Amino acid sequence: FASEANATFDLTTPHETHLCDGPSNTSTATKEELLSYHELMYIIRRMEITCDNEYKARNIRGFCHLSDGQEAVAAGLRGGITFDDDITTAYRCHGISVARGDTPSRVFAELFGFSNGSSRGKGGSMHLYSKKNRFWGGFGIVGGQVPVGCGVGFANKYRTKGQWPSTVSVVMYGDGAANQGQVWEAANMSKLWNLPNILVCENNKYGMGTSINRHSCNPDYYKQGGVAIPGVRCDGMDVLAVKECFKWAKEFAGNGNGPLFVETVTYRYHGHSMSDPGLTYRTREEVQDIRQNRDPIELLKSKIMDAGFATEQELKEKEKELRNYVQDELKAAKEGQQPPLDELYTNIYYNEEPEFTRGTEMHRSRDLRAQQ
Amino acid sequence: TEMAVRDALNSAMDEEMERDENVFLIGEEIAQYQGAYKVTRGLWQKYGSERVVDTPITEMGFAGLAAGAAMNGLRPVVEFMTFNFSMQAIDQVVNSAAKQLYMSAGDINVPMVFRGPNGPAAGVAAQHSQCFAAWYGMVPGLKVVAPYSAEDARGLLKAAIRDDNPVVCLEHELMYGVSMPVSTEASDKDFVIPFGRAKIEREGSDCTIVTFSKAVGMALEAAEELSQKGISVEVINLRSLRPLDRDAIIKSVQKTNHVVSLEEGWPHFGVGAEIAGIVMESEAFDYLDAPLERVTGVDVPMPYAENLEQSALPKAFNVVSAVERTLARQM
Repeated sequence: FASEANATFDLTTPHETHLCDGPSNTSTATKEELLSYHELMYIIRRMEITCDNEYKARNIRGFCHLSDGQEAVAAGLRGGITFDDDITTAYRCHGISVARGDTPSRVFAELFGFSNGSSRGKGGSMHLYSKKNRFWGGFGIVGGQVPVGCGVGFANKYRTKGQWPSTVSVVMYGDGAANQGQVWEAANMSKLWNLPNILVCENNKYGMGTSINRHSCNPDYYKQGGVAIPGVRCDGMDVLAVKECFKWAKEFAGNGNGPLFVETVTYRYHGHSMSDPGLTYRTREEVQDIRQNRDPIELLKSKIMDAGFATEQELKEKEKELRNYVQDELKAAKEGQQPPLDELYTNIYYNEEPEFTRGTEMHRSRDLRAQQ
Repeated sequence: TEMAVRDALNSAMDEEMERDENVFLIGEEIAQYQGAYKVTRGLWQKYGSERVVDTPITEMGFAGLAAGAAMNGLRPVVEFMTFNFSMQAIDQVVNSAAKQLYMSAGDINVPMVFRGPNGPAAGVAAQHSQCFAAWYGMVPGLKVVAPYSAEDARGLLKAAIRDDNPVVCLEHELMYGVSMPVSTEASDKDFVIPFGRAKIEREGSDCTIVTFSKAVGMALEAAEELSQKGISVEVINLRSLRPLDRDAIIKSVQKTNHVVSLEEGWPHFGVGAEIAGIVMESEAFDYLDAPLERVTGVDVPMPYAENLEQSALPKAFNVVSAVERTLARQM
């Protein structure tokens, strides 16, 4: 009985829709499913907090954008689509990457700049990928990933010659990027050519330190498609709302009904990046209020307990276990090393190496013909 | 047989589309309108709207979309109506296409071509007349080619489409209508020109001219004029700017002991500057009997008035005098 048990929940906040009926406002989930979301979300939370510590300990350098607070988006996506579908996202990508099958250890190692990292230390925090899991990154230029992700969907439609149902390409960006012209350029082509693309605005209320009402004349990002492209807004703090939303969106776009805008309303606890304390443009009270009343992990735990799937004690035990798991992953990452210096010169071109690569000084250049 | 450069490019795309279903064309006005410069003429009729895709006027959008399609297994050939408009998309070319393989440590490659007319055109003023060789030539992860002849156009574009990396193909609008001989070998469906290998267009012993694209013709013209005066000039057609055939330049300078670079683009940080760097930093320096001279476009935005426009661009007489000056000078 226990593992097969399921329960139906009313979503905390109903979906808002634009030019479509939109997904169901109730969600049925098994115990196993809910516990797997809890596990994933808690791992992401601990991973990001660990990154924060490691950054402050100066083990991580450069830009580092943390996604704690936004875990329900990553987990809901995992529930709503499959590993045959595509995901392309921006630079706040640690959580999505793990939801897409990568391990915290490989993410940590990448941030340390070690060769056991997801991109062998050559990408860093903003450039995580997994071609085999159809995770296309990991883009550092705000909005740049949106046409690219739409092109991933273009290729899927090209190959299947418009046979439906098809896989979908989920293209994620923040509320700050929503104002970029290229978002509309890509959406316009997606609609014109009926591409199975889902454009997702992960609205965490601030583009860096500029709040949505200071950067968008229309903060209803799910209505960004105007009169042409339907949209749905879901509660990005409720993993079941996100899951229902993507399940429905996949069904819609994957059956030839054209692209969609999805807005997941969420919140980031950390500042924009590690150099931002996150409190000059918003109040401590605001962050505290969300933590206390809207935390996605706590919301999920209440659902689990309300359904009788686990007790508070059991969840606490599980979280302790997961904390240890993340610590072990950190330890494993730290066993790695910086990439060999030769890696400087590899992967510039596919399956080939330039005959000549200029070095810092002429005599330090890499000349393969001279070596022969 | 003779072939216009336009038709050479057209036949290259046609053959590669026939050979590989994953090759498709995307850009503005390339399908129903038949191409602003008619380079894609007839291909929409042959391959249909799925493989010859007309886009809205959104360079950043379709360049990025094509990069995503390439990451996911297709081989897009992106036409920029002219390379001037590629500036709107340069983030996608550099950040999404060129760097992707490196950032992902080899996981994701981006096999695609960005092509279109580049360089100074005629009477279109500053925003439509500019050479991007130095801009794209600088970027690791990109390959950059610039055909001069019909054979170059066929062989370089076919190689670009087959390449597993992003390739920028800088064509020249004023060469599209020029007919040139094409050998039997170059008519073959599998004729490809390897990148990083310059072509010695004319052998000579007194001075080397290093150039690319339409300026190769100017160099040949100058060489002919100089030969009347008893000066033997070697003309190097670079064909590919990245990778760049350093050895061809160095070897030729070792033979002639004199070198002139020639390009239509701006001098500042230009291709000629890079060639000068190669000569200075290699064993070629020891063979020089005079400093390298650069012949370039003038360091101004392109003016409209015909007399000003003509004065803004190098001419064969500039090349002749640069060569003569070089030969007259002693180190």
